[in-house]
Amino acid sequence: MNKNYMNQGFVHAIFIVLVSLCLFPFLLLVMASFTAEQSIVRDGYSLFPKMLSLDAYTYLWNESTALLRAYGITIMITVIGTFVGLLISALLAYPLSRRDMPMRGVLSFLVFFTLLFNGGLVPTYLVYTEVFHLKNTLMSLIIPGLLTNGFFILLIRSFFSTSIPVPIIESAYIDGATEFKIFYRIVLPLSLPILATIGLMLTISYWNDWFNGLIYITKPELFSIQNLLNRMLTNIQFLQQNNLGGNSSQAAASVPMNSVRMAMAVVGILPIIMVYPFFQKYFVKGLTIGAVKG
Amino acid sequence: MEAANKVDMPVADTEARVKKQSAFWKTLKRYRALFIMIIPGMLYLIINNYLPMFGVIIAFKDINYAKGILGSDWLGFKNFEYLFKTSDAWIITRNTILYNGSFIFINTVLAIAVAILLNEVRIKLLSRFYQSIILLPFLISMVIVGYLGLSMMSVESGFLNKQILPMLGIDPISWYSEPKYWPYILTFVNIWKNVGYLCIIFLASIIGIDHEYYEAATIDGASKWQQIRSITVPLIMPTITIMTLLAIGRIFYSDFGLFFQVPLNSGPLQPVTDVIDTYVYRGLMTLGDIGMSSAAGLYQSLVGFVLVLVANYIVSRKNRDQALF
Repeated sequence: MNKNYMNQGFVHAIFIVLVSLCLFPFLLLVMASFTAEQSIVRDGYSLFPKMLSLDAYTYLWNESTALLRAYGITIMITVIGTFVGLLISALLAYPLSRRDMPMRGVLSFLVFFTLLFNGGLVPTYLVYTEVFHLKNTLMSLIIPGLLTNGFFILLIRSFFSTSIPVPIIESAYIDGATEFKIFYRIVLPLSLPILATIGLMLTISYWNDWFNGLIYITKPELFSIQNLLNRMLTNIQFLQQNNLGGNSSQAAASVPMNSVRMAMAVVGILPIIMVYPFFQKYFVKGLTIGAVKG
Repeated sequence: MEAANKVDMPVADTEARVKKQSAFWKTLKRYRALFIMIIPGMLYLIINNYLPMFGVIIAFKDINYAKGILGSDWLGFKNFEYLFKTSDAWIITRNTILYNGSFIFINTVLAIAVAILLNEVRIKLLSRFYQSIILLPFLISMVIVGYLGLSMMSVESGFLNKQILPMLGIDPISWYSEPKYWPYILTFVNIWKNVGYLCIIFLASIIGIDHEYYEAATIDGASKWQQIRSITVPLIMPTITIMTLLAIGRIFYSDFGLFFQVPLNSGPLQPVTDVIDTYVYRGLMTLGDIGMSSAAGLYQSLVGFVLVLVANYIVSRKNRDQALF
């Protein structure tokens, strides 16, 4: 198949501009984290700072208690949230994918309706804080994000009903396999592509979540990495004020706060950027299946 | 295959009922395991989605924590009266619709252009590289975008004030307290973060176009531009229409992070950065004005619901398969 392409020089020129536009802010952030504090104060953030320094990272290394705790909380909610979210989604999606499931229509509609209408922030907040008393618990960082709404369930359901041959399920049943056995021995192994895709989307949304922490968490010791970053964005002294840095032996004035803040942001996105190349395929797939009918 | 389908013709009324009942129990027993499977998910949706739906009654109440949500006094439409009497309702509605409307238009046009260009890259490895980089901003949280914005626009040390503006001989600008720049800044940030996503969707649709159309057009001497105009764009039009209509269905909902994190929640910027979502958040979390906040929230939910239904109706008239329901 020979295709006639546009002038390649022109196309690449445009993409070099676009790629630079996308990458520039990240490069600036990384360079800012390696810039000496005096240099930032005098010349501002720059791609080619006059004075480089590792002070920010040294500070984070020495005062790592708060950062490590926030990191631990983020990793914990991401792992638990992704696993539990995926499990209950698949468990709900499977019966709905079975043509012989009684009340399938009503149940599917109940799942689907959550995409159309939602009570909004105020009732949701009051349900979790006044009814279930989840304020300032780690549960409030996990539960609201498990399913959010029925969208992923519908995606998994349509994968189940199109990709798993009904005769396999029927013959397993006739051979005496229980429904649960069929589910985890046959259905789940055959659905790894969709489970990997949805799992990746859940992982990213848990890692990036700052909203639940913003409304449900007020205790600094329960902050996830995103919430710590969120607080430091508007309050640069936050780490020290809350004595989150363990031993606050360093005098406030000598702390390179401008670069420390940028270094923390770098540490916050590093894991995502590092795994992105390996999972890009699934990520792109997740975005495109989400766009077509669920 | 199932017991449920084998109900015999009724002989007598009572006998039939007994049989029906036993058939029901048989079905339930046969599908017991499947019903157990749906329990956690359904319970979750009831707590996370359905309880808050009934919670919209809060908008009609004078919430008093001591009396509880159900025990609080009814107010009727008072909260809505207050909300629509102030200029707030108008400002947040205007901002929400204008911002989202321009985002939909600009992002769609740019994403189509970039997707067409991506499809023109001859070396597939480079095409994939460009694609990954353009999608990168979509992957990071809005908090990080807030940091990136700060490194550009910080008053004392931002890249713009320290490097770019001096070169152009312009005095430093205090970005976070000058409302007039923000419609452009927010639009730019939104493009930067989201065009990659839309672009991937359109690219998937372009790749699906049959090459024979282009070959035939080339033989007939059609220029590249003519091919784009008369083959590529018309053939991806269904995708463009669907994505646009779905976005219009959600025009009352804003990207909360964009309007909250990027302007650093700055007070002076509020007239141009306040949208329904930020208004509801502020009413609930900072002002403690639950009545006003829940009224604005219900207003958003109801109009949003109607818009989704209308958008879906239009989609289903155009193409039955693409409709949500």
